[in-house]
Amino acid sequence: MTTLFTILFDGVAYGMLLFVLACGLAVTLGLMNFVNLAHGAFAMTGGYICAVLVNNSGWPFFAALPLAFVSAAAIGVVLERTLYRHLYTRSHLDQVLFTIGLTFMSVAAVDYIMGSSRIFIKLPAALEGQFDFFGVGIGRYRLMIIVICGLLTVALQLILAKTRFGSRLRAAVDDPRAASGLGINVPQVFAFTFAFGCGLAGLGGALSAEILGLDPYFPLKFMIYFLIVVTVGGSSSITGPFLASLLLGIGDVAGKYYVPKMGPFVIYTIMIAILIWRPNGLFGRAAAR
Amino acid sequence: MLAFAPAHAQETVKIGLILPMTGGQASTGKQIDNAVKLYMQQNGDTVAGRKIEVILKDDAAVPDNTKRMAQELIVNDKVNFIAGFGVTPAALAAAPLATQAKVPEIVMAAGTSIITERSPYIVRTSFTLAQSSTIIGDWAAKNGIKKVATLTSDYAPGNDALNFFKQNFTAGGGEIVEEVKVPLQNPDFAPFLQRMKDSKPDAVFVFVPAGQGGNFMKQYAERGLDKAGIKVIGPGDVMDDDLLNQMGDAALGTVTAHLYSAAHPSAANKDFVTAYKKAFGSRPGFMAVGGYDGIRLIYEALKKTGGKTDGDALIEAMKGMKWESPRGPISIDPETRDIVQNIYIRKVEKVDGELYNVEFATFEAVKDSGKTKK
Repeated sequence: MTTLFTILFDGVAYGMLLFVLACGLAVTLGLMNFVNLAHGAFAMTGGYICAVLVNNSGWPFFAALPLAFVSAAAIGVVLERTLYRHLYTRSHLDQVLFTIGLTFMSVAAVDYIMGSSRIFIKLPAALEGQFDFFGVGIGRYRLMIIVICGLLTVALQLILAKTRFGSRLRAAVDDPRAASGLGINVPQVFAFTFAFGCGLAGLGGALSAEILGLDPYFPLKFMIYFLIVVTVGGSSSITGPFLASLLLGIGDVAGKYYVPKMGPFVIYTIMIAILIWRPNGLFGRAAAR
Repeated sequence: MLAFAPAHAQETVKIGLILPMTGGQASTGKQIDNAVKLYMQQNGDTVAGRKIEVILKDDAAVPDNTKRMAQELIVNDKVNFIAGFGVTPAALAAAPLATQAKVPEIVMAAGTSIITERSPYIVRTSFTLAQSSTIIGDWAAKNGIKKVATLTSDYAPGNDALNFFKQNFTAGGGEIVEEVKVPLQNPDFAPFLQRMKDSKPDAVFVFVPAGQGGNFMKQYAERGLDKAGIKVIGPGDVMDDDLLNQMGDAALGTVTAHLYSAAHPSAANKDFVTAYKKAFGSRPGFMAVGGYDGIRLIYEALKKTGGKTDGDALIEAMKGMKWESPRGPISIDPETRDIVQNIYIRKVEKVDGELYNVEFATFEAVKDSGKTKK
C-alpha cells in the first residue's frame, strides 16, 4: 500500500514537471495558434543557464532558478520581435519548418558551446535523498517540484482568468482586429505572452535537469512529451494540459513500475484512448479555428 | 629519375579515422581522437620510412554516415586503414567495404561480439561486453551475492551485457529476482529503481549507455537503495573515468569488472595518464586506451611489413601481436582477430579527493566468450 503512494507521489511530481515544461507550448499553440516546436530549446536554454550559474559561478540553486526563467524569457522576447512575429500569419507548415530549423540550430549551438556530454546541476544537500512519511518514501527534490509547480499553476490560472492582462490576452486571441480597435496593443500582448511561455519552459528545463538529464538533444528528446501533453489536454485552456500532465505523469510512472515490460507504451496507450474518446483533447473546443 | 626515388619511398600511409565527434557519443570520439594524437606526438609520424597521415571524419554515430565516409575514404582518399567506430552499427556498416577493398578496419570502441566475424579484415583493440559481463557474473556468485536485480538499457549492448551476466551468475548458483529493461530514451529511473528496491536484492546489476550512468547513480542514492544495503555491480562502462567524478559520492563502493581504470597501478599507465592529462586537461577513459592501442597496432603492423600496405599482409602481421598497454598485457587473438586482455574487478574509492575505480582482483588473458562458446 505504501508503495502505491510512493508511486503516486513520484507520478505527480513527474506530471507537474511535464506541465511546467509544456504549458508554455499550450499557451503559444492554444491561445496564440502558433506551432512552436522550438519550445524545448527554450527549456534547454534555461537548464544550461542554471547549470552554468550554479556549477561554474557558485550561485545558490534557488537564486539561479528565477534567472533561468528570466533569461529564457528574454531570449524569447528577442526572437519573438525579430523572427517569430513574421510567421504569425503564415501557414502552420511554415511555422513547423521554421521552428524545427530553430531547434536543430539550438542543438548544434549548445553542442558546440557546452559539449555534448550530459550535465548535472549541483543541488544543495537539503534537496537530496528521501524522507519517510508514514512509510511512504518522499523524495525531497520531487516534493520541491510539486510545491513550485503547484504554486505556478495557481498563479497562471489566476492571471488568465482574473487579471486585466488575462482578459486582454483572451480578447487579442479571439479577435485580434476588434481587440486592436478597442485599444489593446495586440503585438505587445503577444510578445509578452510568448516571453512568459518561454520563461516557464526555461524554469522547467532548470528543474528537470536532475530528473530527465540535460544534454544538447533535450529539445528533440522531449518534444514528443510536450506535444502529447498539449494534444491530450486540449490547447484552449490551462486546466486541460494540467490534468493531462498529471494523468500522463502518474500513468507513465505507474506503468513503468507495475508493467515494466511495456513501460514506455503506457503513455501512448493513454494518449490514444483519450483521443479516441475526445478527439480535441480533454478540454478541447469542438471546432478548431 | 633518381630524384623521384626517395619521394616514392616517402609516400604517405593514410588512416581514415571515423568517429562520433558530435552527438550523444561524442565523448567516445574525443577520447579516441586525443589518444591517437598523443601516440603520434610521442612516437613521431614516420613508420618504416613512411609518413603517417590521419584523416578524421565525424559520423555522429549514424551508420549511414559511417558507410558513406568509409567509401569516400577508401575510393577518393585511397586510405590504407579505416579505424575508429564509436558504436556497433557503425563498425558493421563499414565491414563489407573493408572486405571488398581489402583495407584493414581497426575497431577502437564498438563492443558487441559479432563485429570481428563480419569481415576477415577487422581487428579490434577495444573490448567486448561479454568479456566484462561474464567476469562480473562469476565474481558476484563467488563473493556472497546471492540475489540480483538487473537494470539494463533495451538495446543490443544492454542485452549482451544482461545475457552474459545472467548466464555466468546463475551457473555460479546466483538467482535473478527482478529483470527490468529500461527504454533507451527515458532517463527517469525512479519507477524502475522503486521496483528494484521492493524486490530486496543483494545487488543491482546495471548497464546503461555512457552519460546515463550519472542519472542512475543519483537516483539510486535519492531513493535510498544504498542505505538499504543494495550494492551496484556491472560492466565498467557505467563507471567510465570520464564520468565518474561528476557522479559524486553516490558512486562510492560500486563494484564493476572492466578492462581499464585510470588508477591502474603500472608504470606504463602512469606515464599514459600523466601525458594525457598534460595534453588534454582531463583523465583518459577506456575509450582513450582503445584508441591508443589501435594506433599502436597500426604502427607495429607497418613496422613488421616494412612499410608495405597490402591489406592481407597487414592483417597477417597483426594476428598474435602482443604488447604492454596502459591497461596491462594485451594480445590480438590470431583466430578471431579480437583482443585478449586482463579484466579487473574494481571498486569506486576516493583517492586524493577524486573518485577512481581501484582494482583489487585480476582475471588474466580473458578472451571474448561470445565467440569461444561457439
